[in-house]
Amino acid sequence: MSAIEKTVAETPERVEASHEVTREPERYAVPPVDIYEEDDRLVVLADLPGVTRDGLSVQVEQGILTIEGRVARETPGNLLSREFELVPFFRQFRLTETVDTDKIRASLQHGVLRLDLPKAEEAKPRRIPIEA
Amino acid sequence: MTVWDPLRELDRLRREMDRIFESVAPAPGWSLEFLPGRAARRYPRINVAESDEAYVVEALAPGVDPAGLDVSVKDRTLVLSGEKAGPTGVPREAFHRSERSAGRFVRTLELPADVDPAKVRATYTDGIVQVILPKAEETRPRRIEIEVA
Repeated sequence: MSAIEKTVAETPERVEASHEVTREPERYAVPPVDIYEEDDRLVVLADLPGVTRDGLSVQVEQGILTIEGRVARETPGNLLSREFELVPFFRQFRLTETVDTDKIRASLQHGVLRLDLPKAEEAKPRRIPIEA
Repeated sequence: MTVWDPLRELDRLRREMDRIFESVAPAPGWSLEFLPGRAARRYPRINVAESDEAYVVEALAPGVDPAGLDVSVKDRTLVLSGEKAGPTGVPREAFHRSERSAGRFVRTLELPADVDPAKVRATYTDGIVQVILPKAEETRPRRIEIEVA
């Protein structure tokens, strides 16, 4: 990968206000996500290190998907050097009507949240038979 | 023939400036940077803490297979390495967002004092690596009894 591509990939995307809402950046961390499409679903992967199942909440309300994670741990002892702070995670996405919100599944492993958002029937790709 | 790459030159300059800034940091734990954004690229991000008995190093490494995670200590040098796997088999055009970086990483850390390598323990929970490095006997703080004559 060229240096330019790498730089671009590492720069957080400017979020459009109409699609995503983020809270005050100093109180919350915005987890980085991968979102990709498969034939019948959208997959969201979010890095939430330190978040346990109990501290995680995923909600869909009026088409807005909210991911919220609280972290209940601290590095023990006197800190000599700090590069990260475990503040709560918060991020929202607007879902289109093409997602079947009743069938969303979530799993959490090794600090990564995986959401499977199945597409609604009418949004799935369909092969159109060609008539002779 | 080598091709002159201005981006690489810039990166080299930035690293050099970071090194200079590091040497003038007023206290351990202060991080000064020539340009913002470098800290985010050092991966994984690490906190170092100290108690009387041990050093505790914690690294943020979500999505790393614990089987491929490697922690080693030699003298005062701690090396963390592993691989963060990205989604596999997904074509580029299927991505709406790709913000989570993936790939192999190695990070080396210099410890402030000698530790007992035989007693180092590492755990991986919820995407955080925690390494506990008990201090070597001779570097632990010792209470000196005052004899009253």
